[in-house]
Amino acid sequence: MTNAGTTVATADPPAPAVRLPRRRGIELALIVLAVLLSVYGYCDVGLAKNGTVPPGAAGYGAGLGVLALLAHIAVRLRAPYADPLLLPIGVLLNGLGLVLIYRLDLETPGDRAAPTQLVWSTLGVTLFIVVVLVLRDHRVLQRYSYVCVVAALVLLLLPILFPAVNGARIWIRIAGFSIQPGEFAKVLLAVFFAAYLADNRNALAYAGRRVWFMQLPTGRVLGPIVAIWLLSVGVLVLERDLGTSLLFFGLFVVLLYVATGRTGWIAVGLLLASLGAVAVGWLEPHVHSRVEDWLHPFASIDAGQGPNQLAQSLFAFAAGGVLGTGLGLGHSILIGFAAKSDFILATAGEELGLAGLSAIFLLYGLLVERGYRAGLSLREPFGRLLAVGLASIVALQVFVIAGGVCGLIPLTGMAMPFLAQGGSSVVTNWAMVALLIRVSDSARSQYDGEVAP
Amino acid sequence: MTRYIRHAAVFCALLLVALLVNATRIQVVQAGRYDDNPANRRATIARYDQKRGDILVGGKPVTGSRDTGEQLRYERTYTNGPLYAPVTGFASQVYGTTLLEHSGDAVLSGTDPLLTPFPLWNDLTRAQSPGGNVVTTLNRAAQQAAYEGLGGRKGAVAAVEPSTGRVLALVSSPSYDPAVLSGNSAATERSWARLNSDPDKPMLNRAVRQTYPPGSTFKVVTAAAALDAGVVTDVDKPTDSPDPYTLPGTSTTLTNEGDGCADASLRAAFEWSCNTVFAKLGVDVGVADMAATAEDFGFNDAGLRIPFSVAPSTFDTSVDKAQLALSSIGQYNTRATPLQMAMVAAAVANGGQVRPPYLVERTTTDDGDTVSTSGSRPVRQAMHPATAVRMKELMEDVVTEGTGTNAAIPGATVGGKTGTAQHGLGNSGTPYAWFVSWAQGERDLEPKVAVAVVVEDASADRGDITGGGVAAPIARAVMEAVLGS
Repeated sequence: MTNAGTTVATADPPAPAVRLPRRRGIELALIVLAVLLSVYGYCDVGLAKNGTVPPGAAGYGAGLGVLALLAHIAVRLRAPYADPLLLPIGVLLNGLGLVLIYRLDLETPGDRAAPTQLVWSTLGVTLFIVVVLVLRDHRVLQRYSYVCVVAALVLLLLPILFPAVNGARIWIRIAGFSIQPGEFAKVLLAVFFAAYLADNRNALAYAGRRVWFMQLPTGRVLGPIVAIWLLSVGVLVLERDLGTSLLFFGLFVVLLYVATGRTGWIAVGLLLASLGAVAVGWLEPHVHSRVEDWLHPFASIDAGQGPNQLAQSLFAFAAGGVLGTGLGLGHSILIGFAAKSDFILATAGEELGLAGLSAIFLLYGLLVERGYRAGLSLREPFGRLLAVGLASIVALQVFVIAGGVCGLIPLTGMAMPFLAQGGSSVVTNWAMVALLIRVSDSARSQYDGEVAP
Repeated sequence: MTRYIRHAAVFCALLLVALLVNATRIQVVQAGRYDDNPANRRATIARYDQKRGDILVGGKPVTGSRDTGEQLRYERTYTNGPLYAPVTGFASQVYGTTLLEHSGDAVLSGTDPLLTPFPLWNDLTRAQSPGGNVVTTLNRAAQQAAYEGLGGRKGAVAAVEPSTGRVLALVSSPSYDPAVLSGNSAATERSWARLNSDPDKPMLNRAVRQTYPPGSTFKVVTAAAALDAGVVTDVDKPTDSPDPYTLPGTSTTLTNEGDGCADASLRAAFEWSCNTVFAKLGVDVGVADMAATAEDFGFNDAGLRIPFSVAPSTFDTSVDKAQLALSSIGQYNTRATPLQMAMVAAAVANGGQVRPPYLVERTTTDDGDTVSTSGSRPVRQAMHPATAVRMKELMEDVVTEGTGTNAAIPGATVGGKTGTAQHGLGNSGTPYAWFVSWAQGERDLEPKVAVAVVVEDASADRGDITGGGVAAPIARAVMEAVLGS
């Protein structure tokens, strides 16, 4: 377990000074692998569609490589003990997303999304570098928790002032750019939840009556959870955004459970969530139609109106089979609108098959696992909750959107982290990875024999 | 807190497992069902993603494929579409396929497993075979002659090789260009609507899918039945038949166009197409023998495929004597396709043997390796060989000195029979002009071609519509084309 980054402990240490390896070399190797895989995918698309390596292959590879390398240098400088898997996973998913979007661009020559996505990815990596360089200690964030929640609420409520797009009020359009403020809000809310629960977990853990095997919380402390629940339902009703609502509420319930260890919270959470979901699913036509589509994905075919998006998505996954058709050889463009954003996973499923899709799911799983591991390694509650919260956002978001396009749960309009077209999403995801890097750096450097502050 | 973080991690792991299980469900377990959903366009896209194989006439393709660059990439094209439309049919991205395009679709579209070098080869390599070719039996010159002969008039021509059953010409007029139906644009939709609402029905394949009253040409069948049944033993002996002839059990009388039919011999009656004589002969033969002979020629056979289906020609078997009398001169419920009447002529020319007609010589891969051949087919004896010899004589007489002199070809032996079939309520419709014939060149060992022509010319005078005047010249052109090639 020694490598170049390890320094040997002195002969007579006052404390067991097992200095953890920094593993920056592994990170660099994995980043190179991730960039090479992405470039390979890019060339594969060109070869399959036109029989030639696409002219931008070198530029694309160089661009992605330079971005990843800069991020790596920032990590090396300011977070040398950070988990070596986080950054390569981000690079690989982002690179793969660019390949899939580029591949779909070939079907829609009039509407190219890959160049814009590359610009947003650059912005995202820049934000990543800024966060890693500027934020020296994640505990600074705890002080700004109420600023975070106010900012999050403003961002969430902003799109209500703008016209609805495809039935959902989650975008704002400024100077030709579409921004989804809800994406930024989720990081801010994770920070706030972590800070709030770190401060109040003892009060919240105060148990009330015991029903069956569950310790129900007392009525007094129910206030905050009801407030969050109302916020989620409010988002759902005002913006018709089932996914974000589900994500926020799920995040809060997970963190509440982790902070207090009371199963009663989960019961209350599930009860409220199902109440809200049933009521809104019943009353709100936009959400109701999503539920209907989920229960009967082929109803529109039987009605003679042709397959809807979900049916087309299922057809795409089915066409992929175990090994997929190969990049550039599928027909997921039949999904039509949102093929590059919400339904990007269908392209991965069709062209990379169950094998590729499982690999992508496992990459997300690994990202989440590294987040949880950082949470487990830390000692102070805010950092633990923040790490768990950020990892849970990824897990919940992947489940909600992937489950939606695969017909497991009702479809909600959300972006697949890193893969999907969408600037706000990719920038936010890089910020989240930056925070995880920061937290994991603290977690792993605590073991290096020096006294953790 | 550590314990609860672990619980939450287990929860996330469960979500991951749920996603993986569900992905397996839709990508493996239920994939087949989704793939086969008719609303899934992938099969259609794959079908049009490569060039369609060609239909060959005389070694040259009469079809082609055009790269449109659209989602459904290749579109069918036709060289001289209207000429071959009754053979090729159309291959439309919207309206499906018909005729040879339909029956040969597996080979043409490349999905036929026989096109692969080894079994399951395509399943392994996930490739698609290039479209194979369908080689037809058609004779280019005969097809062209028949089409030009009809000259846009409503009608049809069918020609077969008597000794094999190979279809040499199959023309229906008026025709249409199947290329206008190939694509999937609005123009295709308009063409489809226009062709379907056209009162002249250009998409109707009159040669095989339309039955006509055969009129006097059916007398070939009646004469053969009479000879086979022994009702007539000597073609030159007077038949005991009155003129006019009163249909048995009725007061309706049947007359002839010309004189000299009373007690005429079979030879004279055949030559001058005496209705009275053949009506009585049919009654004398009886419904059982008449029906048996007609069915041996191919009537009442709903299963004939060449390889596309042919409308069954009918000879009504539940008739009284008066109806049998009319049936025997090709009226009442007797109906025949032009191809069926070509088979009748071919049976006479081929010593009484009926060879089932076929249009596809063989199918090949795109580089010419044979995939399947027409194979041998069952042969039916429609009449005694001796009867066939006498029938040939009778038909030759029609051309040399009877009603069919317009079909005579210098230097060749030609036998024929004219027909003018009445139809419509009270026979008010414009009659159909028929001519069936066969021809044998000077140096040929056997007759090379049998042909049937029907012209339903609504514009001509009733008197002009005789098989000899209108239909025989077309038949002659077709026969000349076959003998000359």
